[in-house]
Amino acid sequence: MWINMGPQHPMTHGLWNLRVKVDGETIVDAEPEVGYLHRGIEKICENRTYPQVIPITDRLCYGSSMSWSHLYCRTIEDLMGLEVPERAQYIRVVVLEMQRLASHLMWLAAYAVDLGMMAGFIYSMRDREVFVDLLQNLSGSRLTYNYPRIGGVAHDIPPGWDKEALRACDYTEQRLREYEDLYEGSKIFMMRNEGVGILRRDDAMNLGVTGPPMRASGAKYDLRKDRPYEAYADMDFEVCSRTEGDCFARYRVRMDEMWESCRIIRQAIQNMPKGKWRVVAPRNAPEGTGMARVEDPRGEGMMYAVGDGSDRPYRLKIRSPIFVTVSAAPKFLVGYKIADVVAIMGGLDMCIGENDR
Amino acid sequence: MNLYEFCNIIIVWLVDLVNNLWYWLGDFLPWVFGDFFTGVGDLAASDGHIAVMTILLEVLVVLIVAIVNVLNFIWIDRKLSGRIFDFYGPYYVGYRIGGWLQNIADGMKLFVKEIITPRDADRLGFVLAPVIFVSSSFLILATIPLSPNFGIATNSAGAFVPAGALFAFAAFAIAPFSILLAGWSSNNKYTLIGGMRSAAQMMSYEIPLLLAVASVFLLAGDFGFVGIVEAQANIWFAIPLFIGFIVFLVSMAAEVEVTPFDLPEAEAELVEGWTTEYCGMRFGFFMMTSYLRGYAGGALATALFLGGWNGPAIIPDEIWFLIKAYIVFVVIEWMRWSLPRVRVDQILNLGWKRLLPLAMVNLLIAAGLKTMGWF
Repeated sequence: MWINMGPQHPMTHGLWNLRVKVDGETIVDAEPEVGYLHRGIEKICENRTYPQVIPITDRLCYGSSMSWSHLYCRTIEDLMGLEVPERAQYIRVVVLEMQRLASHLMWLAAYAVDLGMMAGFIYSMRDREVFVDLLQNLSGSRLTYNYPRIGGVAHDIPPGWDKEALRACDYTEQRLREYEDLYEGSKIFMMRNEGVGILRRDDAMNLGVTGPPMRASGAKYDLRKDRPYEAYADMDFEVCSRTEGDCFARYRVRMDEMWESCRIIRQAIQNMPKGKWRVVAPRNAPEGTGMARVEDPRGEGMMYAVGDGSDRPYRLKIRSPIFVTVSAAPKFLVGYKIADVVAIMGGLDMCIGENDR
Repeated sequence: MNLYEFCNIIIVWLVDLVNNLWYWLGDFLPWVFGDFFTGVGDLAASDGHIAVMTILLEVLVVLIVAIVNVLNFIWIDRKLSGRIFDFYGPYYVGYRIGGWLQNIADGMKLFVKEIITPRDADRLGFVLAPVIFVSSSFLILATIPLSPNFGIATNSAGAFVPAGALFAFAAFAIAPFSILLAGWSSNNKYTLIGGMRSAAQMMSYEIPLLLAVASVFLLAGDFGFVGIVEAQANIWFAIPLFIGFIVFLVSMAAEVEVTPFDLPEAEAELVEGWTTEYCGMRFGFFMMTSYLRGYAGGALATALFLGGWNGPAIIPDEIWFLIKAYIVFVVIEWMRWSLPRVRVDQILNLGWKRLLPLAMVNLLIAAGLKTMGWF
């Protein structure tokens, strides 16, 4: 029997459809259908000047808009050959890690409610507010920040903001300890997660799965460490990885990443140099190509831009990590129960905005 | 004075009041009509009529008590979940009484909504399922007395029927049938899976539940609630039968489908489970009845394990009973709001491999205690 899980279904965080074929309660086949949220962002970008594209790339992912507009700015900086001031690089590291924390906390909330645990949802969303408020103080908006600029960031951090950010890290570490008690202390949570949705290392690498799902299956690969961008080369942090490859490993990798993000924010704020936070970018880009890869909260995001000498990109290609991950989903859905679909797909942190573009 | 006598007094008074009219008409009208009206008055004053009306009034009183309790339960549930989740819960609708009227407002909203029957649904089953679910759940409460003086399953002398507890569990076990009916007749894949899950779950948890209850019957030597509660005058059965109490609570949570065991209506995977196609007041009835079953579960746990209405006589028996039932309900709700949901194979494993042996051990303990003559 084929069951449509979507497009309107509580399991789908966004607008997509997972068709699963079940035999009783066991899944024998699965087929993701995406494209319900296609907005033609790549085409829209061709009709805007380079700075005008930044708010559009914000809309790529509603969970982590900062990392996508930052990725776009890096791509165009590569195309234009701009060097970003050191202070801007540090500010970018801080806001990117805050975005990662906010995104992971939202994932944790959605994951808890997928497993039927309302308390986890409310707590995580409450603590995500801390970072959303900080980014609001910085950029003026709460969801789509429009903060990075080509050649730096929009403006310097406000006075006192860094102290608040450090306090927020202390608060979050305290809360993370509480979450670990709440989740891992629960036998039912472990029963639902351990040994479910196993993705082996070879499969993960062959299918192109990146980010926390890949690191959870044993591949120790993080662009922040392996291809350092911005000021990540100066930071001292661990690449979180596990070897089991099941839902619990994915959960654990994300929790560890939150701890590491707090560490990175502290270091970046303490070592932040003085100076300019933005260089003026030229209006027109030269003919040529630019490419950038960053470690998005959901995996490896990549953008590829072609410039034709005018003030608009000739072509902008976006590589979404979730698009690859959801295509790989049938590989690790088959053989489990219907109830595991929500655990497995919830553990991948779906974001349809970037997937359908 | 028990409930029957109280209702009897009211009914006799009402019949006298109305009979004044009949006899007055009989006195003043011509002879054919006069005999007729006098006959009506005699009929109304007969013992049979008064007994039937008394029982109907008792049913009404118990129904109102149950519904008020259910409204309280929903309110407590919302307030408690609000506190667990770090917000206030219902507040504005009737804020002088802590937002209690929010339930009434939600009920009104459900009343005015359109009731839709899907085109492809099996009409008879679709309409019948809520009726069976609601009525069988109210039937449970018919047998549970709040005190020796407050209950309706009595004969006219005020003595309770001898097998009230057995009847309550029989009524409890009707619900899986209506859930399966609702799931099947909706003609929807989610409801079908939900109904099937519900049937499997309830069947596998009936057995440990009834084995735990059997140990109580064994210790009390009685099938009626009054006898069971009176047997707990010195010690609550929850203390010697602690394992049985835990088994009973877990099974009861599974039977009334609260969150660790709410697979039949798992909203993350099966939209709304077997209630997916129901809307308006039919859904409202399902919702209310799930809380009603929570109340019934708390009341059964109280009567069978927590000493029923036994307690210091500072406050009335009925209030003691309700306090204990509310505490059991709060524990179940606490569990509900802080635990994730288990999977369908895990819930069956838990039922057959853990709870059933534990219930057997508990039965053995009860038999041992009885044989040694301590109870």
